[in-house]
Amino acid sequence: MSELRGWRELPLGGIAYRLSTDYKTGDWRALKPVVDTEKCTKCMLCWIFCPDMAVIWDGEKIVINYDYCKGCGICARECPVKAIEMVPEHEVK
Amino acid sequence: MAQTIPHVPPEKQLLLNVNGDEAVAYAVKQSLVDVVSAYPITPQTIIVEKFSEFVANGEVHTEFVAVESEHSAMSVCVGAAAAGARAFTATSSQGLALMWEILYIASALRLPIVLAVVNRALSAPINIHCDHNDAYGMRDSGWIQLFVENVQEAYDTTIQAFKIAEDENVLLPVAVNLDGFFLSHTLENIRILPDNVVHEFLGGHRKLAKTRVDYLDGEVPFALNPACPLSIGPLDLYDYYFEHKMHQVEAMKHVLQVVRKVNSEWYELTGRKYGDGVLEPYEVEDADVVVTVLGSTAGTVRSVVKKLRREGKKVGMVKIRMFRPFPHKDIAELLKGVKAVGVMDRGISFGSYGQSYLEIATALYSSKEKPLLVNYIYGLGGRDASPELIENFFKELIGIAEKGYVEEEIRFIGVRG
Repeated sequence: MSELRGWRELPLGGIAYRLSTDYKTGDWRALKPVVDTEKCTKCMLCWIFCPDMAVIWDGEKIVINYDYCKGCGICARECPVKAIEMVPEHEVK
Repeated sequence: MAQTIPHVPPEKQLLLNVNGDEAVAYAVKQSLVDVVSAYPITPQTIIVEKFSEFVANGEVHTEFVAVESEHSAMSVCVGAAAAGARAFTATSSQGLALMWEILYIASALRLPIVLAVVNRALSAPINIHCDHNDAYGMRDSGWIQLFVENVQEAYDTTIQAFKIAEDENVLLPVAVNLDGFFLSHTLENIRILPDNVVHEFLGGHRKLAKTRVDYLDGEVPFALNPACPLSIGPLDLYDYYFEHKMHQVEAMKHVLQVVRKVNSEWYELTGRKYGDGVLEPYEVEDADVVVTVLGSTAGTVRSVVKKLRREGKKVGMVKIRMFRPFPHKDIAELLKGVKAVGVMDRGISFGSYGQSYLEIATALYSSKEKPLLVNYIYGLGGRDASPELIENFFKELIGIAEKGYVEEEIRFIGVRG
């Protein structure tokens, strides 16, 4: 983050002066979803359920946007073929 | 910028026989309000009842949102005002208490909402009549609080409130307080302006303030708009919350000047003014004894002052029209040289004093010549403040001024022992 600003430099009413996408919420994550693309049937249920829009379809396969994925595990829970595994951050290479 | 709207002489103003609630409803009708959201509660009900008639008859363009509670009523106003609408609601007593947490949001998000508070005692025991503890309860919520004396002033102040709230140096919500039943349900002949003159006075529909954010070029309108998106109300922790509170501190500093300006513009337009808009002194200049008061009781105090003046007593009154922000410097200046001051409060902070007494004591602390100060708690739960009651404590104050000391700083008057 840049240097903290004084109150005279801030916009009205406590609004955010930077975009919320500047704030990478991915570092809140303790468990990381790892996708097994071999098992994945591309049903897109994970894409539907992800509350942070962190599941992305890149045209060929499912990709997780780790900048914003908070590791909630909903995708792994909903996956009908168990193609997503929640792995502790420190165990992921 | 400083355009003058031609004066409207009294004979060109429509004479209307209405009660205080209806007067507020007429004022809102003329103020091009986009959204009204409210929940009925005595003695405020007539405001919204009357206004919903205007909506049903197609006399206003307003979106009327019926809600299930006052908490929701204020929440709708917050959403509407954040989207750029001119929003209004009204309530009393328990309803205002239920709005409480949203009041703080409205002021901190700098949303110029207008709220009519028809003052009523808080439960328990349950009571529907007037006192000011409901309004005093929102004292620290960051709202501007105006109190009116009569039905005409309720009409005038409601229109003024939109102009004050939306002033670019203010951008704060305004509560217009009128005494339950004494004003809300009492008929009075009042003069109202033609619709187009009110529209012109307010400069038409609400104009949005401008602000800047890093990710958009130049100034952008301060409202929810997909074309230039703003995040209104995000999380704000110890690194920025304090700075944002300074915005509210700063905004309050501009209010006195704006209220005075709007009061004098109103005078030029209608021929009516209320002191300087902030304080309304009556016979104070050479007075030895002065009483301060808020709301409709000011009318009774004024008549008692008139009577005592005829008897040669040097007494006066200061009507406090604005309670937040409190005009500490102005009142200290007015009370300079006065020997004894009686501060009337239709409310009390249990374990402390009446709420306006605390302000006036604070205001006088750094004065060189401090008057003697007595707090008179009166009229709780709608108990009548009769001329005799007021005359009695004026005489008590005259005695105190002669003796030179105060025995009891807080007196409860009109209550059985």
